[in-house]
Amino acid sequence: MAKEPKLHKQHKKLGNAIAYIVLVLISIIWLFPFVCIVLQSFRSYDTELGGMVDYLVPKHFSLDNYKWLFSGDSQFVRWYLNTLIIALCVAVLQTIIVLCVSYALSRTRFRMRRALMNTWLILGMFPGFLTMICLYFLLKQFHLTQEGAIPGLILIAVASCGMGYYVCKGFFDTIPKSLDEAARIDGASKMRIFLTMIIPLSKPIVIYTALTAFIAPWCDYIFASYVAFGYSDSYNVAVALYRWVNTSDYQGFLPDSVPGACWWQFLSRFCLWHCSGIM
Amino acid sequence: MDRKEEGLFKKAGTGIANFFKWIGTDIKEIGVTFAEGDWKTRVSYLIMGFGSIMRKSFARGIGFLVIEIAFIYYLVSFGWDYMKDIGTLGTIGEHKEEVLTKAGPMKVTVYGDNSFLILLYGLLTIIFIVFFIFVWRLNVRENRKEELLLKEGKKIPTTKEDLSSLLDANIDKTLLALPVLGIFVFTVLPIIFMICVAFTNYDYNHQAPAKLFTWVGFDNFSQLFSFGSNGFGGTFFKVLGWTLVWAFFATFLNYFIGMAVAILINKKGIKLKKLWRTILVMTIAIPQFVSLLYVSKMFANDGLINSYLMKWGWISSTIPFWTNPTLARITIIVINLWIGIPYMMLIATGLLMNIPADLYESARIDGANAFQMFFKITLPYMLFVTGPFLLTQFTGNLNNFNVIYLLSGGGPKSMKLSGSAGSTDLLVTWLYKMTVTDTNYRMAAVIGIMVFAVTAIVSLGVYNLLPSVKDEEGFQ
Repeated sequence: MAKEPKLHKQHKKLGNAIAYIVLVLISIIWLFPFVCIVLQSFRSYDTELGGMVDYLVPKHFSLDNYKWLFSGDSQFVRWYLNTLIIALCVAVLQTIIVLCVSYALSRTRFRMRRALMNTWLILGMFPGFLTMICLYFLLKQFHLTQEGAIPGLILIAVASCGMGYYVCKGFFDTIPKSLDEAARIDGASKMRIFLTMIIPLSKPIVIYTALTAFIAPWCDYIFASYVAFGYSDSYNVAVALYRWVNTSDYQGFLPDSVPGACWWQFLSRFCLWHCSGIM
Repeated sequence: MDRKEEGLFKKAGTGIANFFKWIGTDIKEIGVTFAEGDWKTRVSYLIMGFGSIMRKSFARGIGFLVIEIAFIYYLVSFGWDYMKDIGTLGTIGEHKEEVLTKAGPMKVTVYGDNSFLILLYGLLTIIFIVFFIFVWRLNVRENRKEELLLKEGKKIPTTKEDLSSLLDANIDKTLLALPVLGIFVFTVLPIIFMICVAFTNYDYNHQAPAKLFTWVGFDNFSQLFSFGSNGFGGTFFKVLGWTLVWAFFATFLNYFIGMAVAILINKKGIKLKKLWRTILVMTIAIPQFVSLLYVSKMFANDGLINSYLMKWGWISSTIPFWTNPTLARITIIVINLWIGIPYMMLIATGLLMNIPADLYESARIDGANAFQMFFKITLPYMLFVTGPFLLTQFTGNLNNFNVIYLLSGGGPKSMKLSGSAGSTDLLVTWLYKMTVTDTNYRMAAVIGIMVFAVTAIVSLGVYNLLPSVKDEEGFQ
């Protein structure tokens, strides 16, 4: 009887050891590409080949890529600003629209409400790329392609965002209706209830909506490249990165600055995730 | 199942019957309004809002009048030109015209009808007409309402009351007006347009504005399902099959392995829990866009993985990660684990902590071992809670454009597949290639409709089978 706990303990130790080994392996696999990207960004384009090489640690550490990235030659600063402008505008406008739609669907009952929600649900099942040429054409009618690609992208992102009300409406549904009723008895209009009660009560969801809206434009490659087609002043970061990696003209040394660029992105995203309390 | 289908047909039947009934009563009501109405109401049938203005309800009356004038102006100056050709989508092709220049008459090539514009604006005009009829009906109803109110000796709401009700009783109209308009112009109209394109021959040989395209009925659909030399049938079913296989593996492998990792980190006695989680979440922090592109280069023939394996002498020739179809598919699914597991781990960690601890306690007292506890408590609970999440993951993976496009670009290409599809193409990436590379818009539209059908069938079919939908109180 006395031996059993010891055996049990040994068993447990072995289990933990295996668990640690697995965790370390997982960490290595997950960090490997990340480390590669960072190391590659310190490779100088003067002395070493760009693109893929068969060694990991650069022969000379240098900050050439970073210098080049922020010098006037690369347009990177401009593309970064483009993306930042799009992301900020989309975050603000989309949050406003989603809040309005969610409030209307959560707190008011009107004819066609169910029909409207079902229609939006069905519309959401169509693949986004289906309508790409038609959207491009519509934007072109308003001169919002090429030179005007940035307002165009903002318009497209904001125009249809009302359909993404699910999370926000779900949140509003959990705010007790008795609060509304109490305010109604005190003579507040529905607009006033919305602005002075519901919105202050739903800070987390406002932040969540704004953050998700802010992040999306940084990864928007497909539509952004289609709308900005061939006009390099309107590129956003994602389009530029994709071109660097895949354009044969730049195969020589440009891919090396991709990691530099993504390092920047990483920082900004890291801050966002950090703020939103994920970590 | 039979009973269910029967129920569905019955529902549809009563729906249609109700619709016609509704139209019937509506027409009757319009007639009654005209017969019983005074002259102001009768004039309103032609000049919208006339009655309201005469009854001093200016905001509504002027609103109706403005809509009518704007509609007529639109139709006469713009809409009708396009709508009259919608049956043929234009008849005058590109042709030469004689133009008088300073040097004398010259032949110049001019564009004829633009089928694209005719279709787009024609549809827009039709939608406006339907909308106008709806507004006209509102106008009639408004007159009726006002008359009845006056007969009963009540007052008609003033303009001020009307406007302030937009912030109170009618707030839904204020808040929804702009979003609905945006969705209409940038989602509904383009989708209707593309559905129409599926019934035309709009492709690289019929590019507007130089060439005309026209209606071809169901030709594109029969091409999609035909297995002949010109048909897309073989390719379509292969791509569809891979799409479903991919969605299945991408969803469930991520789900179970992610859950396993979460359980592993949650295990008692494991230290530095926060560190392990942060390491995994780091990958979320790099934009998917960058990490996917980089990983795809890493696995290329001249990439890091192959060159290291060669250097160490483990392999003598490069492993064709992206050029061998089967290997490419496996590589994509495995790399997708790299992306998906951190997300799943985050979600699972939160949920696992929510499982009441006393469930495990009592199981342990009853002598259950770890496996029994997992299969009897953890898994049912997780499946119950994450059922809807799994469904959205699955439909999301059906349309997971980024992973496929950035990793393999749909390749490797194969001569056996038509429409420039590759072995790892999903329906959406194929759709994208059709639109951008091949400019074969008609087939792209058809495939888009198919994607919609697959998504709709999967989500509606599975939704009703979910445990949390069937039995909402299951875990209370």
